[in-house]
Amino acid sequence: MSYLPYALGAWVILVGLFGIVRSRNLIHLAVCVSVVQSGTYVLLLAIGYRDEGTAPVFADIPLSRKTVDPVVQALTLTDIVVAVCVSALLLTLAVHSYRRTGSLDPSEIAELKG
Amino acid sequence: MTTRGRTALFLAGAGGLGALLLWGLAGLPDFGHYAGPYGDILVHVAKPQRNIANVVTGVVFDWRGFDTMGEELILFGAVVGVAMLLRETREHDVADVVDAVRSDAVRASGLVAVPVTFVLALSVIAHGHLTPGGGFQGGVVASAAFALVFLSAEYRAYHRIGGTALWDSVEGTGAGAFVGLGLLALALGLAFLENFLPLGTWNTLLSTGSIPLLNWASGVAVAAGFVLVYGEFLQETMAVRHGKAKP
Repeated sequence: MSYLPYALGAWVILVGLFGIVRSRNLIHLAVCVSVVQSGTYVLLLAIGYRDEGTAPVFADIPLSRKTVDPVVQALTLTDIVVAVCVSALLLTLAVHSYRRTGSLDPSEIAELKG
Repeated sequence: MTTRGRTALFLAGAGGLGALLLWGLAGLPDFGHYAGPYGDILVHVAKPQRNIANVVTGVVFDWRGFDTMGEELILFGAVVGVAMLLRETREHDVADVVDAVRSDAVRASGLVAVPVTFVLALSVIAHGHLTPGGGFQGGVVASAAFALVFLSAEYRAYHRIGGTALWDSVEGTGAGAFVGLGLLALALGLAFLENFLPLGTWNTLLSTGSIPLLNWASGVAVAAGFVLVYGEFLQETMAVRHGKAKP
């Protein structure tokens, strides 16, 4: 009986949120958002895991072999693609913000100060 | 608010969120004892329904194919967003920038790495329905081959592979082909994105019906999308580095 992998996912999410709150640089902030998203991958894959299960790819194993859940693996793939899109847009906004204000520090940018 | 005040506020909130998360996670089945029925059903119907060995790819392109189309279009939207926000620097402003890598070792390694990476990408896309991989993964690897051209040679070489106009249309073609395959199934009187090709022999390259085609469509769209995104950031970098940025 173990919940440690789930707790790891929760910890990665929280530590990423901590990074977002403490961030002094918009690029660092975008990386922290990716860290939060990585926590969701760990959580999804941990939920679908089965003891002694292998990858659900039957190219070289018998169809009777026990495998982990393929649905959460496919969801994780979607999750990663969406995370990449978010990162690309956040980095673009960081470039824009630097162009307009000459700074990447959220506490020096009036619109982002909070 | 000061950094210290913000941190204190966060710690209070994170304590609550953490407690709720742990409470919720404690209600999940034990690690390694997942009991969800859908995965088992799909593993059992994968061979009779689609003749596919890689059930994850089957889920992505058949049972959740409509979702994947949405995912594809999210990526398309993100690339358009990046291009619209960064395209203030025009391509021709930086087309003549000389920013070559001078190390022979790096250039020689690049010469080897670019074709190897590209062939690997084609293999990952082509075998997406047989082994782990597929259009999304292979597309990213293919874009990495193009990024290596910049990293080991220079920006002008990257630019010369094909300007924004070419990659724009490749990206649109890939995303359009995915939607087109769905519409073709509709035109043949089937459900949207339903398979209309023979399922072929188990575990061979030309099997599983339309899934390899969907893999190639998404692979082309993803590769072109990433090449465009790198290109936009590189144009920006070149413009700043060589004093051509507009105020």
